[in-house]
Amino acid sequence: MKRRPKAWTIALLLAAAGAAAGPPPPVVPGYVLAFPRDRGSHPAFLTEWWYATGWLRTPAGEDLGFQITFFRSRQPEADANPSAFAPRQIVIAHAALADPAFGRLRHDQRIAREGFGLAGAQTDDTRVWIDDWRLERDAAGYALQASSESFSLRLALVPTQAPMLNGEAGYSRKGAAPLAASYYYSEPQLRVRGEIGRDGRRDAVTGEAWLDHEWSSEPLEPGAVGWDWVGLNIAGGGALMAFRIRDGRGGVRHAGGTLRTPAGTTRALAPTEIVFTPLRHWRSPRTGIDYPVEWRLQAGTFDARLEPLMDDQESDSRATTGAIYWEGAVRARAAGRVIARGYLELTGYGEPLSLR
Amino acid sequence: MSQARLWGSLWLAEWRERPGRLLVAVLALALGVALASAVHLVNRTALDEFEQAARRLVGEADFVVRGAPGGFAEALYPAVARMPGVAVASPVLELSATVFSARAAAPRALVLPILALDPLRAAQLQPALLGDLAGALRGLFSPDGIFLSARAAAELGVRKGDSFEVLVGTARRRLEVLGLLAESAYPRMLGLMDIAAAQWVFGRLGVLDRIDVRVATGASASAVRAAIVPLLPAGVSIAAPVVDSARIASATRAYRVNLDMLALVAVLTGGFLVLATQSLSILRRRAALGLLRALGVTRGALRRALVIEGTLFGVVGAAVGVFVGQEVGAVLLRAFAGDLGAGQFRGVAEAPVLQPLEALAFVVAGTLVAAAASWLPAHEAAARPPARALKSGDAEALRAGVRPWRGGLVLIGCGTVLASLPALHGLPVFGYGAIAALLAGGVLLVPGIARHVLAMWPPPRRAPLALAVAQLRGSIAQASIGLAAVIVSFSLMVAMAIMVHSFRVSFVDWLGRSLPADLQLRLGGDSDTAALDEPSQARLAAIDGVERAEFRRTFRVSLRRGATPVHVVAAPLAAAHAPARLAIVASAPVAQPRDVAPLWASEAMQDLYGWQPGEEVTLPIAGRAIRFRVAGVYRDYGRSTGSVVLSRALYQSLTHDRSANEGVFDLAPGASPAAVVRAMHEAVDAGAALQIRTTREVRERSLANFDRAFAVTYALEAIAVLIGLLGVGVSAAATALARRGEFGMLRHIGFLRRQVLAMLAGEGALTSAIGVACALALGGALSVVLVRVVNRQSFLWSIDLAVPWGLLAGLVLALLASAAATAFVSGRAALTGDAVRAVREDW
Repeated sequence: MKRRPKAWTIALLLAAAGAAAGPPPPVVPGYVLAFPRDRGSHPAFLTEWWYATGWLRTPAGEDLGFQITFFRSRQPEADANPSAFAPRQIVIAHAALADPAFGRLRHDQRIAREGFGLAGAQTDDTRVWIDDWRLERDAAGYALQASSESFSLRLALVPTQAPMLNGEAGYSRKGAAPLAASYYYSEPQLRVRGEIGRDGRRDAVTGEAWLDHEWSSEPLEPGAVGWDWVGLNIAGGGALMAFRIRDGRGGVRHAGGTLRTPAGTTRALAPTEIVFTPLRHWRSPRTGIDYPVEWRLQAGTFDARLEPLMDDQESDSRATTGAIYWEGAVRARAAGRVIARGYLELTGYGEPLSLR
Repeated sequence: MSQARLWGSLWLAEWRERPGRLLVAVLALALGVALASAVHLVNRTALDEFEQAARRLVGEADFVVRGAPGGFAEALYPAVARMPGVAVASPVLELSATVFSARAAAPRALVLPILALDPLRAAQLQPALLGDLAGALRGLFSPDGIFLSARAAAELGVRKGDSFEVLVGTARRRLEVLGLLAESAYPRMLGLMDIAAAQWVFGRLGVLDRIDVRVATGASASAVRAAIVPLLPAGVSIAAPVVDSARIASATRAYRVNLDMLALVAVLTGGFLVLATQSLSILRRRAALGLLRALGVTRGALRRALVIEGTLFGVVGAAVGVFVGQEVGAVLLRAFAGDLGAGQFRGVAEAPVLQPLEALAFVVAGTLVAAAASWLPAHEAAARPPARALKSGDAEALRAGVRPWRGGLVLIGCGTVLASLPALHGLPVFGYGAIAALLAGGVLLVPGIARHVLAMWPPPRRAPLALAVAQLRGSIAQASIGLAAVIVSFSLMVAMAIMVHSFRVSFVDWLGRSLPADLQLRLGGDSDTAALDEPSQARLAAIDGVERAEFRRTFRVSLRRGATPVHVVAAPLAAAHAPARLAIVASAPVAQPRDVAPLWASEAMQDLYGWQPGEEVTLPIAGRAIRFRVAGVYRDYGRSTGSVVLSRALYQSLTHDRSANEGVFDLAPGASPAAVVRAMHEAVDAGAALQIRTTREVRERSLANFDRAFAVTYALEAIAVLIGLLGVGVSAAATALARRGEFGMLRHIGFLRRQVLAMLAGEGALTSAIGVACALALGGALSVVLVRVVNRQSFLWSIDLAVPWGLLAGLVLALLASAAATAFVSGRAALTGDAVRAVREDW
């Protein structure tokens, strides 16, 4: 256990304080994302997350998946309270390690209110943390760290290409209404090096990862119950992000995506270009929820079969965000060959998802 | 097998013939066991609930960083949370808020304990308390919301979604009920708030009362503690979480031990009664028993059979007693709450049940007492040569050989030594030991004293009385069995009566000295959220009819880890003069030096912290250690855990806190107290939270509380005396029956029936007179031990000895009369047969 108080925690505490008073601003097209500032927190918006996923390989040749998410949730009702404990921002973190030898996820979660330097999200660059769980960026790239009783992650994520702005230059629509949108960019093809711990045993790992950063103030539109999302690092340097938002009757309310070729050209996909077709379901023995864990995904020129690293990658975060969902490592196979690897997220298959 | 049948018929014959007497012995024992188990049940239930509640509040913390009342700066929290090895640090604010109940038509003010925490941190330490709220945790973030325990919601008369008022200073704030905790989550009154909301609503920004800490797996709790200690400001310390519940328990321990002791006395007195009954019944069966011995039954077999017989009484009596005790305990808990009237526990929710092991322990204890009590007569019966037993008139042989006065003197010597020893772990263990030794010693000395008294008794003129004296001279040993029961119960009663009376006299005197003003004002009871600001104080002082107003600020300070906080009164003081309204018992011998402020300490401070007049002491105020000199020691019956009085001007200069929560007012001549009280309520709009009482009301309420607290004590005493009287009756009956032959002879030689009865009554009265005289002397000695040793060591205050002569005289007369009456009644029973048969029986 390592907890060095750092000067920057104090500095950013002061920077964050009072930054979020007033009504949450709308998400509008035309906003120009500027880095590194937009890599930092946007405390005025109600919801924000940094979401890192990826595939790891141990020296013994095991393939593993990892996922760590930091959520920030603003509580405007606390704005007026002058207490240093006022829960203006709640920070939540989930981490999971997918290990086929273990058969299900090792996962854990943290939740804390921002304050006293113990938890928070910095505004000038990516730096979000709860106690000793943290995701932070410097010139070399991202460093992430999370540890719990059964596993630990300590990884360096180094970018190999520019951020990929989703939607219209980072304005990503989530529904028909113009305000149903978020600001959203991804960092695909991150090179990973680091160390993982499983039940006390440590392994050096290498691999590739994906980082999403998204913020908004709008909940899911009424009638939407959940989404399917996938982020894939395509062999050779390409990347695909695709999502669809479902209604309660199995229909699609909205879809979107971004496809980057190995050459580096990036194109936003129209809703009609994205088709998710479930091929195989898996039923969770814990919750009884049926998840479609194998898919055919067509997104623009991309057409492949998504296969999970293992079936049971269900996460139960009822203690923090209140959601149960499936979030797991997948391979994309076309013509018998693995052409991409990444993460698939399936929400709202049990109960409708609520973003707040 | 045949032997068993033989014994069975021997016992059955006796039981068939004298069922009433047997019943009395069994009932006496049952009564004692019932009392003991009921008192135990009440104590245990109250303590269990306290402990469970305390555990829920502290949860699974490894240790607690706790500040003085008033709290410490919250900057300590991140420092502790970041300390390597700390897994969870949970910041807590503890409040006692004055709230207004919406239930009654007239709004009632009550004190609601509020625990304010960061639920996101606390959920890891207090899962039992917060578990139910898992889904609703974020509801707590509402800036004016509160969760209530089911008990608190009931007391306040609110449901989820309702709101109620809370007093902050003299202002009212409204809190919304966000939800209720399950009854199983927390049994007592409690409110749960978010720490940010509580800091804001109650004006405690920047302050914490405690930080609960759990250490990471694999880290050493003691190493982490040691690393945190250097960070702590003055008045903040680290405590084990269990200390909190132990502290609550210790606050009432002395009172509880007293009740346990009384219950034990009842059991022992019941044991004496079994001894008397068994002696009597063995006496009556002496011929049958002698015959059995003559027929070849061995000494050991006879003794065993008789002890088994007594043990059977014990089993039945104790079983009945445990059953009754369970019921009585439940009734007591409902009627008096868990404190048996001491006012320290408020309300117990659960229906109490004796655990099977506890019940078994009481049955075994009662049975052992009965077995021990029947061993002595059984031993003597078995030891007697059959030939003598078969002869009549052998009754006096019983115990005649015992000369116990040496043992008695030794025991009394031991008692005197024990009485001079200090308390053990805050309990007057040696004091009780002294009482037991003196009691046993007194009982052993009785036969000797009685013999001397009777020897010196001038022979009365009238024949029946002369015979009575003569008879007693010859049968001291037997009479002393009955006497023992009288002496045990009566001397304890005398001692308790003197102790309670002394206490009451001192208490009344103390009330008189500490309440000379006309009106007493208190805001918010024991709340720490309500306070009178300066404008309120000015308005109160300016009310028409108020001649002089004095305001005080009271607060609590922890002087030692785990100890109950000390009550501090900041009152206006003229420099270096003892404050008015204190019952000073000792003063510093020399004048105060100018550079150290004076302070007056209660007697408990002397005993708990060793503060002596003239000594320099330190007191943490506003996070600083302030030096004081103890200018004097006063008596404080209001707080047994210690209180001090210091200058309010000094307190204000240290804390800049100019508020007050108590006031005393002298009224102008002719002013109407009722009108002034009305005006005060108008000046401070705090409703029922503002308690204003006239001095007379305070005195009456205090005395009513006092008497209520001792009501149970009186009841226990009365039962002990009742058992003692039963003992007198049984032993009188024993004597009378054993002497049927003698009565026949007396009648034969011309004694009138009336004269025989007069003789018996005289004997009864004389026996009791000796017993009562001994018990008075013994009780007096015991009362000195109770007042000077047990009371002082239990409650940490002194009492001036005062004797309730009238009460004692009444008790003596009642006892003598009932002794004479029982002797008379049993004599009549013995005289029912005709004289000739009685004489022939004696052959």
